[in-house]
Amino acid sequence: MERIDIHPTHIHGDFKLRRGKPFPFGATLVPGGVNFSIFSSYATSCILVLFAKHAPQPMAEIPFPEEFRIGNVYCMVVFNLDYENLEYGYRLDGPTNFQEGHWFDNQKILMDPYAKIIGGRDIWGIPPNWDDVYQHRARIAFDDFDWEDDRPLEIPPEDQIIYEMHVRSFTRHPSSGVKEKHEGTFAGIRDKIPYLKELGVNAVELMPIFEFDEFENNRTNPETGEMLLNYWGYSTVGFFAPKAGYAATGRLGMQVDELKALVKELHKNGIEVILDVVFNHTAEGNEYGPTISFRGIDNKTYYMLTPEGYYFNFSGCGNTLNCNNPIVRNMVLDCLRYWAEEYHIDGFRFDLASILGRDPWGFPLANPPLLETLAFDPILAKCKLIAEAWDAGGLYQVGSFPAYGRWAEWNGKYRDAMRKFLKGNGSVGEIAQRLQGSPDLYAWEGREPATSINFITAHDGFTLMDLVSYNWKHNEANGENNNDGSNDNDSWNCGWEGSTEDPGINALRRRQIKNAVAMLMVSQGVPMILMGDEVGRTQYGNNNTYCHDNELNWLDWTLLETNADLFRFFKNCIAFRKAHPVLRNRQHFQNRDYVGSGYADITWHGTQAWNADWSDSSHTLAFMLCGKHAKQGNIVDNYIYVAMNMYWEAHWFEIPGLPEGMKWNVFANTGVTSPEDSWEPGTEPLLENQTGLLLGDRSVVILVGK
Amino acid sequence: MEITIKNLKDIKVVKLVGDVDASTAPSVQQQLVPLAELNSKILLDMTQVPYMSSAGLRMLLTLYRQTSAKDGKLVLVGLSEDLQDTMSVTGFLDFFTTGTTLEEGLAVLN
Repeated sequence: MERIDIHPTHIHGDFKLRRGKPFPFGATLVPGGVNFSIFSSYATSCILVLFAKHAPQPMAEIPFPEEFRIGNVYCMVVFNLDYENLEYGYRLDGPTNFQEGHWFDNQKILMDPYAKIIGGRDIWGIPPNWDDVYQHRARIAFDDFDWEDDRPLEIPPEDQIIYEMHVRSFTRHPSSGVKEKHEGTFAGIRDKIPYLKELGVNAVELMPIFEFDEFENNRTNPETGEMLLNYWGYSTVGFFAPKAGYAATGRLGMQVDELKALVKELHKNGIEVILDVVFNHTAEGNEYGPTISFRGIDNKTYYMLTPEGYYFNFSGCGNTLNCNNPIVRNMVLDCLRYWAEEYHIDGFRFDLASILGRDPWGFPLANPPLLETLAFDPILAKCKLIAEAWDAGGLYQVGSFPAYGRWAEWNGKYRDAMRKFLKGNGSVGEIAQRLQGSPDLYAWEGREPATSINFITAHDGFTLMDLVSYNWKHNEANGENNNDGSNDNDSWNCGWEGSTEDPGINALRRRQIKNAVAMLMVSQGVPMILMGDEVGRTQYGNNNTYCHDNELNWLDWTLLETNADLFRFFKNCIAFRKAHPVLRNRQHFQNRDYVGSGYADITWHGTQAWNADWSDSSHTLAFMLCGKHAKQGNIVDNYIYVAMNMYWEAHWFEIPGLPEGMKWNVFANTGVTSPEDSWEPGTEPLLENQTGLLLGDRSVVILVGK
Repeated sequence: MEITIKNLKDIKVVKLVGDVDASTAPSVQQQLVPLAELNSKILLDMTQVPYMSSAGLRMLLTLYRQTSAKDGKLVLVGLSEDLQDTMSVTGFLDFFTTGTTLEEGLAVLN
């Protein structure tokens, strides 16, 4: 039977209309037409503006009849639209009063905050027409992708191994070997899935893929005169739309399908997809920024404003999204649900997440409604929620982020402690905590080890190769006189600033890289590695490459040959972690024997077995994991012994004895050159002297007892 | 958009000429769906389709689903390199059997 609501009731020019439905917000295909729905708390009227795709001027402007408004929502069905070749926006009228926070201007055409596809920057790097009246153009998406039997993988958090990557950087370099038209795209990642599988990671964390404007940067590179970009994309234009310029098919408007096809294929290969989401601010910037959408629709609702009407800047990017306003909170929830449900996304990493816990006046909330809502949402229930637990306004919540038993954290303290230890500073007492999944930060609140996302490097800061090659940042190319980027790098150049031919220094650097990944992969919690660290990628000392579309960011695939030993070492360490459940416990250690093996779950050692040197000047530490305590004693694994010597001299380490009949085998020794520095799990050679070993200067040894 | 349908023994050979997009896809679908009968063999000759939009690809997938539901077979031949690539990166190609030439397509269906 035909539904009555597919018949128009109103006419405007050539367009047939009907009262729409408020839900869902955005533009939705309905039988015979498109349902447009948009809300504004303070607007007095609204006009739907329709363009033919790419057209400079609108083909129609249809005012919402007053009877189509429900509460603060304007909703209308427009029939018989050629929705594939359509772009739409809105004009809103309302008060204009800076101090009151109202920025209505009916001369501006505004993008729908719920736009599922956004045109205007269809192909990466093509300079836009700045005279265009409508820069970022909302389009209508199909939501009928054929997922077959795919669904999010739901890998237990403690089993994850995360690879943090940038879509364009991964395959943009001509050496990537992907088809030219796939370079720097979602399709390019799909072509490189075999590489990710070989490395062994089981989750990719994509730096922002929501639509952004790479041209949002007016600086130039003082060295080359080249125009700088917003290359990383931590500046959202639209929260519901994938970045068109990241899709090989963006020019055809098929980015939605291309990204979904990538997710589906990654899932088929056992790899989860985590999105780095930026809800702390938008691309509209400060008072001088462009009016794209939110500012013209409901400035006062979407942004945190000072009593004088200026933007609060807790993000360091000009404005702050008003996340604990109930309307904005719902938008964030709608957005994450959309990505989880429609794109089968496995998890989210929240950029500057502490902002999400501030009230509309900027004060940190004890019980932030948004964070609580996300933690308990039924659709997001199995999604990983990862907080970058700090913001640019001085809030630092590593260990204290409001978690509701759900939120994991980027563990900045892990990064800092491991870096210090690696270069010969820091306290072994703290290192012991970090290696155990930071129970000092999380256990008291009943938060599991997987709460701790362990990393030594991430997109912010030095790459691992640069961490061991530079004492100071070298950000001149960013056009801010080297003032941008962090000064607290805890890096050490091993004796020379930058690249060198000195074989001793280069050998030490390789060893330090291996030390770092070896310690990372035997730490409880979730390891995260930065794209390219596995092949020694350098940014030439630049620790804030957000603005460069060039080799400072692009992964040079020839490094895979140049640094084959590093890749092999990473691969073996990842395989070792996967082979040993005792490295991936769900619960914290209890420091006792609760299975009757005669060994506590974890024991501490030093140059003497059973006697770690906890003094301030100590640079040595060793620990042993009892295999019978793996996964809380539910699985029997091998015993594992890890010795770390961060002294500048070699030391003899006495090794704890194993149960009768077991022997120590050498999985890794960073003090030895490749290929003897590591072994494929299962092929480890027997350790000659079972009672002790000489550990070279600044070296890590990992033994497996079986 | 021109559509010609010929029968080669038990195979229905459909030749499409022109772009398939939101404006032409509904009429193509209307003419092709009736071909999907029990055990039908359909060969779509796309040699002269320069462009298929998102809506066009969806129409193809619908046709594939309807053919398979009736235990039929659908083969695409003559996809341009560009179209093949678009279908590949958007996941559509995974559903289809393809051939380079008409003869190859016929061989698959026989």
